[in-house]
Amino acid sequence: MVTIEIDGKPYQAEPNTMLIDVADANGIDIPRFCYHKKLSVAASCRMCLVEVEKAPKPLPACATPVSEGMKVFTRSTKALTAQKAVMEFLLINHPLDCPICDQGGECELQDVAVGYGKDLSRYHDAKRVVFDKNIGPLIATEMTRCIHCTRCVRFAAEIAGVQELGATGRGEHMLIGTYVEKNVASELSGNIIDLCPVGALTAKPSRFSARAWELQQHDGIAPHDALGSNLHFHIRRNQLIRVVPKENEAINEVWLSDRDRFSYQAITAKDRLTQPMIKKDGNWQTTDWETALAFATDGLKAVIAKQQAQAIGTLASPTATVEELYLLQKLTRGIGSPNIDHRLRQIDFSDQDNAPLYPALGCAIADVENSDVTLIIGSHLRKEQPLLNHRLRKATLQGNKVVLVNPVDYEFNYPIAAKMIVPPSDLVNALASIAHALSKNRPKKILSKETNALLAKINFNDAHKAIADQLAAHDQRFTILLGNLATSHPQFALIRAFAGIIAQLTGAQIGYLPEAANSAGAWLAGMLPHRQAAGEKANTVGYDAEAMLAQGLAGYILLGLEPELDCYDGVIALQTLQQAEFVVAITAYHTPTMESYANVLLPMATFAETSGTYINCEGKWQSFSGAISPMGEARPAWKILRVLGNLFDIKGFNYVSSEEVRNELRTLVGDKTVNNHLQWQLPEHLSNEQIKGLQRITEMSIYTTDSLVRRAPALQNTVDAQIATGAHLNIHTANALKLNGHQQVEVMQGDNRATLAVVLDERVPDNCVLLYAGQTATMTLGAWDGTISVTGVSA
Amino acid sequence: MLAQQKRPATSLATEDCAEIDRWIARYPADQKQSAVMAALRIVQDSNGGWLTTELMDAIADYLEIPPVAVYEVATFYSMYEHKPVGKHKVCVCTNISCQLRGSDEIVDHFKQKLGVGLGETTPDNQFTLKEVECLGACAGAPVIQIGRQYHEHLTPEKIDEILATLATS
Ligand code: SF4
Ligand code: FES
Ligand code: FES
Repeated sequence: MVTIEIDGKPYQAEPNTMLIDVADANGIDIPRFCYHKKLSVAASCRMCLVEVEKAPKPLPACATPVSEGMKVFTRSTKALTAQKAVMEFLLINHPLDCPICDQGGECELQDVAVGYGKDLSRYHDAKRVVFDKNIGPLIATEMTRCIHCTRCVRFAAEIAGVQELGATGRGEHMLIGTYVEKNVASELSGNIIDLCPVGALTAKPSRFSARAWELQQHDGIAPHDALGSNLHFHIRRNQLIRVVPKENEAINEVWLSDRDRFSYQAITAKDRLTQPMIKKDGNWQTTDWETALAFATDGLKAVIAKQQAQAIGTLASPTATVEELYLLQKLTRGIGSPNIDHRLRQIDFSDQDNAPLYPALGCAIADVENSDVTLIIGSHLRKEQPLLNHRLRKATLQGNKVVLVNPVDYEFNYPIAAKMIVPPSDLVNALASIAHALSKNRPKKILSKETNALLAKINFNDAHKAIADQLAAHDQRFTILLGNLATSHPQFALIRAFAGIIAQLTGAQIGYLPEAANSAGAWLAGMLPHRQAAGEKANTVGYDAEAMLAQGLAGYILLGLEPELDCYDGVIALQTLQQAEFVVAITAYHTPTMESYANVLLPMATFAETSGTYINCEGKWQSFSGAISPMGEARPAWKILRVLGNLFDIKGFNYVSSEEVRNELRTLVGDKTVNNHLQWQLPEHLSNEQIKGLQRITEMSIYTTDSLVRRAPALQNTVDAQIATGAHLNIHTANALKLNGHQQVEVMQGDNRATLAVVLDERVPDNCVLLYAGQTATMTLGAWDGTISVTGVSA
Repeated sequence: MLAQQKRPATSLATEDCAEIDRWIARYPADQKQSAVMAALRIVQDSNGGWLTTELMDAIADYLEIPPVAVYEVATFYSMYEHKPVGKHKVCVCTNISCQLRGSDEIVDHFKQKLGVGLGETTPDNQFTLKEVECLGACAGAPVIQIGRQYHEHLTPEKIDEILATLATS
């Protein structure tokens, strides 16, 4: 520690900390533009000039390390004159268009100009004008306002890991931009809107829709990935204008993914359901809540009377809140049915009894950065959990390693130490081979006799050994992360088993990358056929999500999902629901497809309109209250479920608040903690069956994961959304099929078919076709795995 | 972005690649980007004195750096051209030393002799007139550069001589 003096007061600081950080930590204002605590130091704007004793000229506080006895003056004449001069230079070319600038009222340049600038401008010559380029649907540009702080450029290079922006030209002619007309393609791009200190980069979707001073700020939790990023809703007169990050160093730091930032657009989507609807005598009609709820109850009761309670099945989206899911399973179990699930995209449930309390990361989110070697199995992490991926990016930049075993050669924005790309059918064998290679240098006794016997039957080659070598070092911290493509794999249980074996051999910590904002919460709430709330064993084990739809039950309750898009096999889901006698859909939206299978549509509030709780991948319960009132007649789903519970005369449904529901579950969970040290079952040998024909690989793409993102127009127009369409295959496969890159193909899977455009994609392994789920174009094809055929369609 | 969308439409000539490789070899193995200025010069020379976006993309691909990193360098330095230029590129220094020694007069003389303004090319594609910053030869001010050749202590008469030689070259 050194002692320095700022404006006459002594402060303690670590040696070599930058002066600006010491000032910030102690609440001393120093104006700045280019400095940002999460970015490298550019020291280019000179706004932070301060006087330092014995220094002949003022020094930039952002690039001046502190040393013992340093005396700093932030408000001396010398400092103020320097700051005024810099301000005057910055304003030379800055337009005076604040009245029509979206940043007005929350502009760092305005604030600093008022605080540190002169009242009058002495500059009379022409100002420069910059012509804008369109950089995509998320960010509006007005580059004449740019003050060249290069925060956005450094963000792209350092944080997003894709250098898309740059400073071209020099001096008076320097421009910030992409140089060519090009959409920025990062999944974190929206953060440059927050970083830009002026109105050069503003949010396109909310452009010109409100003034900063009209907005009220309300805290919230992002409803998509499993981080539960903290955010602020900005609201004007009950209208959600935009979403910005709320700093939480332990979760999202200061960032927000584009998905979390722009999905709010879906709240006012055209097909929003704003009134209860029932289908009476074959006709859909809008009605009041009382009628709709009675209609729903009567319909379900009729099914139970005719068959039995077990003929009812309940499916919910894992983006629903803990309170909603807890009440939904309580309702279903109260009615007498054990058929409850939220694992819409899973197909292998064979080891569900061995699963941990909930799918958990296994460590704190920030702690991911400390893993020396991280093995990712089956994940397009960058698009699944953008900000968790950012943690790993930071880790690799510090020298830690990331190793991949993936079905598609996904691009990562950091160096990958070793990777193995195998078709889904080879994934289990690949992991087994890696485990075998690893076990060679380890004492036999680490593994059970049966495991050693099984591994002995499995061959491995140099490629497996190369992966194993990365995991072989001693005294390192290893982490294994299982992603969406592992969870949705038809042999998920075996993938988990071999991940467990690799963990045993390396001492690794196993972690899950849960699919949705509340996957962990859904497990804890008991939204499962085999476990009740707080992980208690269910008395009767019901059907899992897949069985429920394959078996064809008589009645269904659906919460917040579009089964044809959200389920593993959308075709079967839709057929089954259409054949069911009675379907209650609690939904925020109203689609023609819903009309084809549902009998009642109950309008529910979306994430910004309800109070509730999400439990993130590290097991953190994050509660929030409603920021705006629900649209039209929509109601928070926990209230809808409470009334249904009462109409069914189920005990314990007299909650007055969502907090009460949450606290009930909290008490049940008590101090139970998750243990990822898995148990598993192993077969005697692994099948070596070769798949004949083309193999389907399915990815739920970043902007189709749930009903909200599918309805956010800005996200749908991004590069990422555009990439995630068509039938992707590599050039070898295309040549073998005599296809070129510019044609339509008919994709057939069993009797199902779809017409898609061919996309040549070198990331896909031979004899595989990568399809994207969650969209109507591929919805007609059915299950996410299996063999498919592809034939060219003559135009 | 997908792998196949990243491939630039244009690729570099084999001879250019060989020459760029010689430059790459001068830098540490993980510092290929250091060869960017040489690569731009080489490619510009073999493309008749100017660069296209496609060529810059090809350089980025060859050096394994993001395209915008090449654009940044190529637009920062005035010796890289982004539009076609004439056979002879006349770069007139108008920076402070040259200005004090009469560069205005030099510019005017060129304008009048060639019949084009700064940044323009004669209709016969023989000459491009360009204003540049300090050429680092202030002792010889006023200075111009044509091709690889510097001409110092210029006077209108000297310019006439130079132009006459070039016209017959
Ligand atoms: S666009 Fe904004 S963030 Fe980027 S350099 Fe200009 S002022 Fe800075
Ligand atoms: S903030 Fe210090 S120079 Fe820009
Ligand atoms: S100012 Fe012309 S060469 Fe230096």
